Amino acid sequence: MARPLINVPASVKRGQVFEIKTLISHIMETGFRYTTTGAQIPRDIVTTFSCSYNGEEIFSANLYPAISANPFLTFSTVATESGTLDFKWIGDNGFSETATAKIVVE
Amino acid sequence: MGKTKPGATRRAIMLGSLAGGLAATIRLEPAQATPERMRAAIRNIVGEASVRKGRIDLEVPPLVENGNTVSLTVAVDSPMTATDYVKAIHVFNEKNPQPNVISVHLGPRAGKAKFSTRFRLADSQIVTAIAEMSDGTFWSASADVIVTLAACVEGI
Repeated sequence: MARPLINVPASVKRGQVFEIKTLISHIMETGFRYTTTGAQIPRDIVTTFSCSYNGEEIFSANLYPAISANPFLTFSTVATESGTLDFKWIGDNGFSETATAKIVVE
Repeated sequence: MGKTKPGATRRAIMLGSLAGGLAATIRLEPAQATPERMRAAIRNIVGEASVRKGRIDLEVPPLVENGNTVSLTVAVDSPMTATDYVKAIHVFNEKNPQPNVISVHLGPRAGKAKFSTRFRLADSQIVTAIAEMSDGTFWSASADVIVTLAACVEGI
C-alpha cells in the first residue's frame, strides 16, 4: 500500500517557476538491518522517481537506501502550458505507483 | 543438540561453535562507506574531469538529533537556460553503509536548480553534493553533520 501525496499550486502565471512537492508512503528498507535472530532484512526501496509535464520528462531521481522512509521530494519547474503532471515511482519487488496532478497556467 | 559424530572431541565442538559465532559476528557487521569509497563513487560519476568548489548551496542541519530523517536541500547557482543549465546533482556521504544518497536529473525546464528531500545518516560525517553542468564542468560543496542518534545500524 503506497499512497502518494502531491502538492502543486492550483494555478500559476505563464513563465513562472513553481514548486512541486511529492511524498509517497514506503518503508524504504535499507537491506542493512538484521532481526534479533540475525536474519538480514532484504532491501525494499523506491529506486527511481520521475515527473513529466504534458508527457515530457522534467525531473527524475535515483534513490538509494540512504533516503528516509516515505520518500519526500520537492523540485520546481517553469509553467509553460495548462495540462497534467505525471509522477511515477518504481522500486524493488515490482513496486510501481503513479499519480497525476492538474496545472492551470494563466 | 543432537548426537555428536563418533570421534568428535569436546574441544573440536567448542572450537566449531566458537568459529560459527565469530562468523555470525562478522556477517552482522554492515559494509561501510569510507571517505575512500565516497571518493570512488564520485570518480564514477565525474570521470577524469576536475571538480571545483562552489556554486552549490548545500543545506543540511549542522547538528542532527535523529539520523533517520535529516532534511537536505541542494540549490545550484545556474541561470537554467536552454544552453546553460544543471544536468544533474548527486549527493554522497562518507560513513553510511553505501556512499550514494541520491542523484537527480534536471534540465532547462526545471527553472530553478533546487531540490529537497530527507535522508538517513548512520554517523557524524561529511556530506558532499556534486553538480554536473551542461557545459561538462563539475562543482562541489560539503557540509559537516553531527548525528546523535544514528540510522541504519539498529536491529528490530
